[in-house]
Amino acid sequence: MKLYWASWSDFFAMGGYGPYVWGSFGVAVVVIAAELWSLRQRRKGLTSETEP
Amino acid sequence: MNRFTWSYFAAPQRFYRLAGKAVPWCAAVAIVLTLYGLYLGLGVAPTDFQQGDSYRIIFIHVPAAWTAMVLYVAMAFWAAVGLIFNARLAAMLAQAIAPTGALMAFLALWTGALWGKPTWGTWWVWDARLTSTLILLFLYIGYMSLRAAIDDERRADRASAVLAIVGVVNVPIIYFSVKWWNTLHQGASVSLTKAPSMAAIMLQGMLVMALALWAYCFAVVFMRVRLVILERERDAAWTREHLARPQAA
Repeated sequence: MKLYWASWSDFFAMGGYGPYVWGSFGVAVVVIAAELWSLRQRRKGLTSETEP
Repeated sequence: MNRFTWSYFAAPQRFYRLAGKAVPWCAAVAIVLTLYGLYLGLGVAPTDFQQGDSYRIIFIHVPAAWTAMVLYVAMAFWAAVGLIFNARLAAMLAQAIAPTGALMAFLALWTGALWGKPTWGTWWVWDARLTSTLILLFLYIGYMSLRAAIDDERRADRASAVLAIVGVVNVPIIYFSVKWWNTLHQGASVSLTKAPSMAAIMLQGMLVMALALWAYCFAVVFMRVRLVILERERDAAWTREHLARPQAA
């Protein structure tokens, strides 16, 4: 399977729809990172509660 | 193996360990499938002749929307099991699914807005598909708020379960909205009865991304249900011991 893009700048431009495409995937990454981070914080909070 | 019945893992302590073992596997599957799906969807798949490259939003939009609906049904199912059989672990599962479901509903709406602007010329319309998906997000938020507003956990389980079960009626409304009403949103691209209305490579990328997101949701829900178990069983001896020495359990 061959890559469709001729260059990296083509890839980032997304045929002029860059902001829409990267705005979608970027926010998905941010949402997932935030969810994982909040779970981590919640776990930390539990452990520190039991410490004297 | 006669102790291996359906109720064996209904004990939160046992399920805690089982879920802990499942997390790394689900996470690994999610990472591999995401990389492969993004490679197919953003790398290999050609430009759409009508929509240009804006169509590539489909590779996150459709998986997020499917997942938001599937998670709602799963949440309502476990809430109902918790309500009918008075099962604590089932209620905890429902509680653990809700935040991830809300995030997926948000992602479906957000990516939909970013797709709507270049293709329809508007971020938002009060169309049946969009409105019912917004209601799905509000149902998730309502469920979590109701839970949070009731101090007694078992009462919170019961009240929120009723809300979750009533709200399930919205899921078929979302699914069939594009058939029942004349919507701006396009019809289903994939159905069980018809050949898919998209190129094979695009379909493949979308399905891989959907599986990736499902694996992610399994991993995250298992992680969260472990936290919920620890929080709600904090007075149990095993929990206190486990929190003091996390490696031992």
